[in-house]
Amino acid sequence: MTLLNGLLPPYIESIAITVGIYIIMALGLNLITGVTGQLSLGHAAYMSIGAYASAVVSLQLGMPFIFALLAGGIAAGFFGLIIGYPTLRLTGDYLAIATLGFGEIVKSLLFNMPIVGGAMGLAGIPFKSTLTVTLIVVIIVIWMMVRVERSRFGRALLAIREDDIAAECYGINTSLYKVKMFVLGTFIAGIGGALWAHKIMVLQPRDFGFMKSIEILNMVVLGGLGSIPGTVLGAIVLTSIPEVLRFSSDYRMLLYGALLVIMMRFRPNGLLGGVDVTKLVKKSIKSITGSNFADKEKKKVKGGN
Amino acid sequence: MLSIQDIHVKYGAIRAVMGISFEVKAGEIVALIGANGAGKTTSLRSISGLVKPEQGKIFYNDIELTSMPAHKIVEMGISQVPEGRRVFPLMSVLENLEMGAFTRKDKNKIKDDMKKIFQRFPRLEERKNQLAGTLSGGEQQMLAIGRALMSNPKLLLMDEPSMGLAPMLVQEIFKIIREINSEGTTILLVEQNARMALSIANRAYVLETGQVAISGEAKEMAENKEVQKAYLGL
Repeated sequence: MTLLNGLLPPYIESIAITVGIYIIMALGLNLITGVTGQLSLGHAAYMSIGAYASAVVSLQLGMPFIFALLAGGIAAGFFGLIIGYPTLRLTGDYLAIATLGFGEIVKSLLFNMPIVGGAMGLAGIPFKSTLTVTLIVVIIVIWMMVRVERSRFGRALLAIREDDIAAECYGINTSLYKVKMFVLGTFIAGIGGALWAHKIMVLQPRDFGFMKSIEILNMVVLGGLGSIPGTVLGAIVLTSIPEVLRFSSDYRMLLYGALLVIMMRFRPNGLLGGVDVTKLVKKSIKSITGSNFADKEKKKVKGGN
Repeated sequence: MLSIQDIHVKYGAIRAVMGISFEVKAGEIVALIGANGAGKTTSLRSISGLVKPEQGKIFYNDIELTSMPAHKIVEMGISQVPEGRRVFPLMSVLENLEMGAFTRKDKNKIKDDMKKIFQRFPRLEERKNQLAGTLSGGEQQMLAIGRALMSNPKLLLMDEPSMGLAPMLVQEIFKIIREINSEGTTILLVEQNARMALSIANRAYVLETGQVAISGEAKEMAENKEVQKAYLGL
């Protein structure tokens, strides 16, 4: 399990783990907002639920990390169910406001719960989210998302995004599918939160505010709503840009903001929005091998002469 | 086959349907005609389960549909071509048709039905990999009808199939509706184009402000002086 750990310089390794966690977070939100078209502004809340739940499992119960990880996911998914069931009947702006409200409630609760340290935060969480562990989880989550996208379930979610009334007309139980999807998306957010807790080792409620939700939403939108490769790319780009821009110190966030505006201006559908990556790869392989064949043909003709 | 008994539907404080009753017998084409806001679409939507009547009952082959959720009603063999077509714009024609068969599990029969639909609408086969949002209005209407047929319905509810189409296309769509009916599918048709609707229907109901004003055989209705004056512009 320590295959990759220590291969990279510690600073790079730390960023790589962060990138991995954000890929997981963004993929969860992509399912909710990108694939199904339900705008959620409270994704960080589920991350915090997962982070705190897993930290408690590690600290209080001293159980192995895999249990902490799953506990994080299950706790977040459970709240996803409770919140999703009533709110997913809302659409568009109303859903956005309701999820936003829930995010703030979770933050306030964590601030005032002595059992998880309140405003002081929760410290002493063991470091478990190594690069190898994070990478394995990232691969599993990507695999899950690809499976979902190609399933009957995934088709139904896309139909809901495209036109929920038509979807209902053709026999899709839209409320059931939306709730199932939301539980899966928030479960993944909880897993991401659990990894996060066992990476930075100290949890503070203010780390999981509205801005964190927006940051994750940025990754999904910038990468291309509904696109798995796009979301992964969005998470990589937006997590590494602030690091790359460190040279500009005070102007860092200014440049970051400007880059967001520029990218949205020139790629309004996201970096990979509307791009079918598997088709693109097949096409380029074809064009490479195709041209090779063409070259051979030419040579043959020449040889014949 | 279908019996609507004194249904009342409200949207908030607005009463859209106030005690409508009608019947559809197996094998018929029945038309609901009337002006904007008469309650035609709302009646259709209460049958397909998209809205719930607050009073009254709906029976389909003696099974009560009134409180059944929409996805269950599709499984009963009732399918709807919604108003304004509502194709899934970012899915291909083929994917749209596949969505229509969402409740079905008999994969081989689905393939056969898909072939039949392509025979009926060759235009759709030519464009099967094109995104539905890029089709013309007439093609989208054909796709919406094809998609509804993919659930293999016994009763097809059609909401304003002629809306926004050129006269030539309207003729074609109505020809197709008649063909579908002659192959054994019962049709309940909501139309503003009363003349066309009466020309293919067996029976018709004229709705006015949420109530049935006149009903009868379509041929007689087309000759009825009141109907002519109000809906046929004669």
